[in-house]
Parts: sequence; structure tokens; C-alpha cells
Amino acid sequence: MPDNSGANAAGALEAVIDRQSHGMVGRMLGQQAFWVFLAALLACVALSLTADAFATPQNLFNVTRNFAFVAIIALGMTVVIVSGGIDLSVGSVLCLSAMILAITMNAGYPLAVGVAFALAVALLVGFVNGALIAWLRIPPFIVTLGMLSIARSAAMVLSGNKMIFQFGPDEKLLFALGGGSTTGIPNPVIALVLLALATGFALRWTRWGTHVFAIGANEKAAVLTGIGVPRLKISVYMFSAAMAGVAGILMAGWLGGVTTNLGQSMELSVIAATVIGGANLLGGAGTVFGSVVGAALIELIRNSLILLGISTFWQGAFVGCFIVLAVAFDRIRAYRETDG
Amino acid sequence: MTALRLEGISKHFGAIQALSDVSLSLAAGEVVGLMGDNGAGKSTLVKIIAGNFRPTQGGMFIKGREMQFHGPLDARRAGIEIVYQDLALCDNLSAAVNVFLGRELTRSVGPLRILDYPAMNARAATLFRELRSETRPRDKVKSMSGGQRQAVAIARTRLSDADIVLMDEPTAAISVRQVAEVLNLIRELKRQGVAVVLISHRMPDVFNVADRVIVLRRGRKVADKAIAATSPEEVTGLITGAIEHA
Ligand SMILES: Nc1ncnc2c1ncn2[C@@H]1O[C@H](COP(=O)(O)OP(=O)(O)OP(=O)(O)O)[C@@H](O)[C@H]1O
Ligand SMILES: [Mg+2]
Repeated sequence: MPDNSGANAAGALEAVIDRQSHGMVGRMLGQQAFWVFLAALLACVALSLTADAFATPQNLFNVTRNFAFVAIIALGMTVVIVSGGIDLSVGSVLCLSAMILAITMNAGYPLAVGVAFALAVALLVGFVNGALIAWLRIPPFIVTLGMLSIARSAAMVLSGNKMIFQFGPDEKLLFALGGGSTTGIPNPVIALVLLALATGFALRWTRWGTHVFAIGANEKAAVLTGIGVPRLKISVYMFSAAMAGVAGILMAGWLGGVTTNLGQSMELSVIAATVIGGANLLGGAGTVFGSVVGAALIELIRNSLILLGISTFWQGAFVGCFIVLAVAFDRIRAYRETDG
Repeated sequence: MTALRLEGISKHFGAIQALSDVSLSLAAGEVVGLMGDNGAGKSTLVKIIAGNFRPTQGGMFIKGREMQFHGPLDARRAGIEIVYQDLALCDNLSAAVNVFLGRELTRSVGPLRILDYPAMNARAATLFRELRSETRPRDKVKSMSGGQRQAVAIARTRLSDADIVLMDEPTAAISVRQVAEVLNLIRELKRQGVAVVLISHRMPDVFNVADRVIVLRRGRKVADKAIAATSPEEVTGLITGAIEHA
């Protein structure tokens, strides 16, 4: 029947659109983040059964709050790594912005001003990182390694290398922000959830996110199709620095003091979390969910060592094993895919 | 009507003289085969037309108006589309997103502009069907065959009503059946009045669809002849330099 052909064609078209080589379940099983999530879940179950102190509200509160800082920075790192870069300066940026906040509030300014200054400085650092990488084409590793050194040094110079633990009139507000909780959930965890949702949304649903994935996979193609790659890269490093700045502000409130070794070597935990969560250091792949789960897993390992009475000196060994294991699994899966 | 005219285009990369004094014109609905040995300057020439490179010297005229492109977006706005030699695809993105890369469709949700995946998938599916390609819009390009990847790259050129389509070796690395599809597509473009530049090393392709053949040798134009007035043997001689000039 000729009148039906139009409808048939439309139906066929829809079928083509819906058809994909892998179904939902297949795609989930193919995600490294899913397996890491499973590992973290298993660890939780095992810990609940073996250590009475694990499943207590207080311990869970501590665990989630502790990993929130690393996870917030890991959001920024995820975007950077997906874009094909790396940001080694996040630990130092965290310290610098916490220090700026502390100095500002210590001088009697309100919390809002301190936060604004801290974030502005973080964004400036991110801009400098991005500009050197995008315009002068210096490798991200080098630029951010330099910034790692510069930002911490700046924090030392600004503070005279002294600890600041008095935050002026808004002190209570700051401590509540970083150390308090809302409806029983630690504030840093709430911040993490909100920022993770926003980052996940931006990566999946905006042109910006698509372009970040595009430059990570094939920067030349992105340039050829007319994507403004330099601006995009700068925005990526600014985003990463902003996340480090947010974590720095919350951490200052939680600890109730800022020293110049705040966030030292934190970049390594952050990169570990993202890589365990499935981000590819070569660029083009990574998920927000994976990085958050990766950060959670690292904290779980640390917590379980403490609860099981094992020296925390072992934490590094376990985290290291997980990094290598996670990537090894990924390689094995890639092998299978190319074989099949 | 002249769709595109180049006058005395030269381009050097540092000490490398990739193009010297190349002039040519292209009429609407005309298919020109651009041939030459590896490194002759073919890709460089089409990339200048597509706004990826700025010529060191020379002028470019579109429908009689002099144009200067500052990037591929300018060229696109002027009605020029290109299939790049290495296809310029992102493996980690879906076929549909690759087709729309750099000009994604969006829709408003409250104050936000979000990607309109359903619309992109639907449009891409239509384009793939027109190209008679078994390419699924939502599949990642990573897992695709050479022909499917080619279809994705070619589908890009069909997003807008381009007046000029440049194809840099669109038939390299695809099957015989798919070559026929691409050649059919070029004929279809021609029928719609689109001017096509086809770069190819495959003599049969050029002699099948082109109206005219231009030969570059070491950055210089050495021949510009109607297909009817030449032969594969002569063109081969011009490419290798066995025949100096035609
Ligand atoms: N971005 C660039 N920087 C420096 N030199 C370049 C660049 N692009 C091309 N060249 C040089 O310009 C010359 C012409 O290269 P082009 O890619 O245009 O050749 P082609 O005719 O397309 O060759 P092929 O058939 O191998 O694709 C070559 O010597 C090449 O090395
Ligand atoms: Mg070429």
C-alpha cells in the first residue's frame, strides 16, 4: 500500500535511531566506574560485618566528609583529564585560596568577601594555567607543576608561613560552613553532591561538555571543525582551580585553621581517584560518577585500615594497587573488545 | 556562474613552499578532480579554501566577492563545507554528535540551553539514510568501519545548504560498494548545483564523476583540463612529471 510507505519509513528511521550496538546493561558493565562502585559497595558490606565501628552514624559522617574534599577537586580534575590535560597545581591552589580567605577574614572582612577573594584568586590561577597551556602551548604537566610550586610559595609569602586560626567577626559562620551539617549531612558532602550534579550535567548536556570530550579525543578535529580550543582549555583549567578553591574554603572552615602545608600532595589522591574512576590520562574519557566513587574508595580503604587496626602506612600500598588494578582491568576489557 | 575563484594563491610553512601561484575557478554544479602526488599541496589548497589556513599570498573570491577567512566557521558561513582527509572525527563521541560537532543543536530548558540529542539523532539518521549508509547515529565512532566513518564525515557537509563541497580523498579506505555510493552522492550534489572539489589518487573515480581535472605538482598547477579532453595516461604523466605541462 503506497500511503503507508511514509509511516513505514518514519518507523524504520526511529528503529535506526534507537538501535545501538550495546544495550543499557552492556554499557553499564563496560563502565569502569560501575566496577569500582561495586568494589566500594562490597568493601562497605564487608566492613559492616567485620568492624562494629564502621556502620555507626558518626563514622559514616566522618568518612563521607573526609572524602568530599578530594571528590570536589576530583570533579575539576575529571574535566581536565577528559580534555586531555592534567592539573598538578590543585593542592597548592587549595592552600592558596584557603590562605587568602583566612587573611581576608582575619583582617575583619565578612565571610562573603573572603570567599569572593579566595575564588577570584583561584580563578586567576586557573586562567594563568590555561593561558600558558592554550596560547603558549606549554605542556599541562609542566605548567601546572610550576604552578604547584608558585601557588604554595605565594601562600607562604602572604602568611609569613604562619598558621591563621582567627577569622574575625564571621568566624562562627565559616566554621559552620565547613565543619557543620545540614539535616545530618556534612556540609562539604552537600556541596559535593550539588557540584557533582552540576558538573555531570555540564559534561553531558552542554556544548561545552561535548567540546571538552572532543578536544580530549582529537584536538586537531576540534580545531578543524571550528571549536574555539584555546578558550575552551582556559575554561577547563579555571574550572579545576575553582573546585580546588571551593574545597579550600570548606576545608578552612572544617579544620578551623589554615597552615601553609594544607593540601600538600593532595593532587596525587585526586588524580588517583579520577583514574580509579575510569578517566583516561590520554584524554577523552572519564565520568563524574566514577571520580566520586574513586575518591570514596580511597577514603574507605583508609578508614577500614584504621578500623581493622592495621597501620595507615599501608594506605599508599592499597591505593597504588587499586590504581594499577583499575587500569589493568580497563586494558583487559579493551583487548576483549578489539578481539570480539 | 563562478562559485569560487582563486587568484595567485601561495602558501609556505616556514621554508616549505607548499603552494606557488595557484589560480583556478569553479562553477556552480561543476565537479573538479584535484590530483597530484603525495605532498603536492592538494590538502593545503582545500584547507585554505575551508578557512583552516590563511594563504601567504593571493586572493579568494566567492560569487565574485573577495573573501578572507579567519577560521573554518567563516568559510562555513560562506557556504563551504569540507570532508577532511583524516576525517576529523572524535572516537569517543556518537556518530550524530560528530556530525554536528561545532554546531550542535540545542534547546532551552528554563534558563539553560541543553543539547538536543533527539533532534541531532533524527537528523543524522536521515542523512545516513540518504547516503545509504548503515550508520547508527547513537553508536560511538570508535567501533565503526572505514565506510561508516566516511559517511559520518560526509554527512557533516549535508547539514547546511553548502554551495561548495571540498572532499579530501573521500574514497580512500572504503569498499567498492561504498565508493560507488560516494560517487553517487557527488553526482547528486552536482545535480543540486553544488560545486565539488574532489581530491583523489584514484583515477577511475575522477574520470567517473569529474567535469574537469586540475593537476598540482610540487605546489604548482600544471594542468587544468576538461575530462573529455584528456586521458588517464596523460594525467598520470602530469602527476609524475613525465609530461611537463598541459
Ligand atoms: N601544517 C603544516 N605545517 C608545515 N608543513 C605542512 C603543513 N601542512 C602541509 N605541509 C607541507 O606542505 C606540503 C604539501 O602538503 P599537503 O598535505 O597539501 O599535500 P597533499 O597533496 O595533500 O599530499 P597527500 O596526497 O599525501 O595527502 C608538504 O610538503 C607538507 O609537508
Ligand atoms: Mg592530502
